[in-house]
Amino acid sequence: MKNRKSVVVAMSGGVDSSVAAARLVDEGYKVTGVHLALSKEKTVSGTKGCCTLDDARDARRVADRLGIPFYVWDLSERFQEDVMQNFLDEYAAGRTPNPCMRCNEKIKFQAVLERSLELGFDAVATGHWAKIVDSPNGPLLYRSEDEAKDQSYVLSVLNQEQLSKTLLPLAGSTKPELRKEAEARGLVTAFKPDSHDICFIPDGDTAKFLHKHLGNKKGNIVDVETNEVLGEHDGIFEFTVGQRKGLGLTVPRKDGAARYVVSTDVKTNTVMVGLPAFLRVDVVGGTNLIWCGPVKESPFDCGAQVRAHSDRIQATAFHKDGNLTVEFKEPLQALAPGQTIALYEQDRVICSATVVSTNRA
Amino acid sequence: MAYLDHAATTPMLPEAVAAMTAEMVKVGNPSSLHGSGRKARRVVEEARETIAAALSAKPMDVVFTSGGTEANNLAIKGLYWARKKADANRTRVLISAIEHHAVLDPVMWLGEHEKAQIEILPVGRDGILQVETLRQAIESDPESVALVSVMWANNEVGTIQPIEELAEIAAEFDIPFHSDAVQAMAYLPIDLSKVKVTALTITAHKVGGPQGVGALVIKSDEKLEQVSHGGGQERDVRSGTLDAPAIAGFASAISILVSQRERRANRIKNLRDELIKRLKEVVPDCVINGDLEKRLPGNVHASFPGCEGDALLMLLDAQGVECSTGSACSAGIPQPSHVLLAMGRDEKIAKSSLRFSLGHTSTSEDIDELIVALPQIIDRAKRASARAKISK
Repeated sequence: MKNRKSVVVAMSGGVDSSVAAARLVDEGYKVTGVHLALSKEKTVSGTKGCCTLDDARDARRVADRLGIPFYVWDLSERFQEDVMQNFLDEYAAGRTPNPCMRCNEKIKFQAVLERSLELGFDAVATGHWAKIVDSPNGPLLYRSEDEAKDQSYVLSVLNQEQLSKTLLPLAGSTKPELRKEAEARGLVTAFKPDSHDICFIPDGDTAKFLHKHLGNKKGNIVDVETNEVLGEHDGIFEFTVGQRKGLGLTVPRKDGAARYVVSTDVKTNTVMVGLPAFLRVDVVGGTNLIWCGPVKESPFDCGAQVRAHSDRIQATAFHKDGNLTVEFKEPLQALAPGQTIALYEQDRVICSATVVSTNRA
Repeated sequence: MAYLDHAATTPMLPEAVAAMTAEMVKVGNPSSLHGSGRKARRVVEEARETIAAALSAKPMDVVFTSGGTEANNLAIKGLYWARKKADANRTRVLISAIEHHAVLDPVMWLGEHEKAQIEILPVGRDGILQVETLRQAIESDPESVALVSVMWANNEVGTIQPIEELAEIAAEFDIPFHSDAVQAMAYLPIDLSKVKVTALTITAHKVGGPQGVGALVIKSDEKLEQVSHGGGQERDVRSGTLDAPAIAGFASAISILVSQRERRANRIKNLRDELIKRLKEVVPDCVINGDLEKRLPGNVHASFPGCEGDALLMLLDAQGVECSTGSACSAGIPQPSHVLLAMGRDEKIAKSSLRFSLGHTSTSEDIDELIVALPQIIDRAKRASARAKISK
């Protein structure tokens, strides 16, 4: 019994991490449940975000039921600095960040993982939907069986060192199976709805949140072709490349065609709009290149994914000195700097990078 | 397993379990007028007499409550309202800076909702309130003080306050003096015929009785506003059906305690001194907080520089050694202890602390388990804290 591997399970209070913990207990791991307190504010019950008091209680009840120790770790300061502040900074700089990926990168698989390892645990487990497979070349990251739930994209910020200390017990299941299992195990979280929103914006109103923290900054909405000023906006952070709705434009194009946000310019505080043709992306430049498996020789063919559940587009990737260039074989519509591009080889995640530039061929 | 958290709650004495379970199988509301009610009433009243005798108080002075927190709320709100009703100028409430939240929070509530003026009296680095501090605070305007509340002994660092002298000063100015003696009761002789304490809080589960029952001991002629309204039990200040079985267990624990207090306190103090000595041997840089002499016999409160108390607690728990960080948490997030901060420690030191508290079932083997587990745990906790700083 002494040699059982000890693992920290990050328990959000949702059904996924509940079952993840239960499965590890069954497999004989010495499991400790940890709920991450990411906000200093006591969030009231009834909000949809995670990390409410209700969620902490649910996580604790599941841990009690499984007979495992349970603690709350206060990572609110780190979260504030590394995720929330970064989220605001990125938007202020005209980029489109993904805070959940940032949280995986900096909180769950860095702060929590490091703390766990130093405290003598062997690994960290989460209820993410993806698969880690050991190979002679080290651990490899794959999509989950349930394509609809697949979270390999948001885990593509993990390197092999992190993957080697990570357990993802949900690989190989589908969500309906998981709920059934949770119910059979008598876990209070079995029928909790999935969370979709950004946890620190529980009402889902990102624009309101950004206005609250970044203020109002009036600027112009400009036609990318004619440079004609078409309208005003209250802050470029309200706009994402590819956005069509909510532009508030009163002057229609003569041909009646819809206009989209084509780009934003922080320096001039301008939102450029135009036809879909201007959204076309053929080449992407990326930085912060992270290898989720062995480093591949440049160039290589791959499937590129730019959102959590978007299609993969065939591409050729080049890399040098930690920078990535991806040439799509067919053009992509709408991609904003700050987004993450993840590259796949079949169902395996090769690497990821943060988009810094997009170009048409 | 080593249970080193007796200040949180201590195992029930077998005699108390027997006394309690004997009553649990019977029926009878102590307020009922028939035979079953009378039998339950007799149990309650005999318990009242036992508890009063242990404190040299009158049976009528004992008001049963659900525990220490309720007794503190009753004393603080009840005395404040009664005093203010008699004299509208009396709005100042004086408390020490190291009170338990069960005193601190009702007092702060009075400040927020009843316009009470709260004065928090500072303590020294030793965790003790100086008599002069209270005197000065009162003398600045004695006519405006409604109430003074100072705990008999602190729950975190175990320091014993000079209650006799503090109560004397309050009495000099005819100001009611409340003391939370929840931690003190098990180890310190308390003689209410000599000490001028107006109201005293005690609870059963810190002395070998059951959880969920306590008492406020307050002279029957002292004016106290009703806090929980209802059937008029307990002198009409604390309504609610009395828990006769728990009260029987409470009295049983108290009577055994009184007969064994000195012997037990000496044994536990020797164990405590052994723990401190061995702790310093294996963790030379640990710091014991609070006065070493004026201290409850079972209390060890230590800071471990470079470690987080929560990490230590978790790792000790995994080894079967159970202790406490001593401080409260908010939504599960540990807060730095206001007691340690009041003693002039910074937030980091406050968060690096653990409380080990010994009790009637503690043995040398418990200490062995702690001392064996500790060095590696300290090492890991230090590495985790250091790592968090670097990667930040």
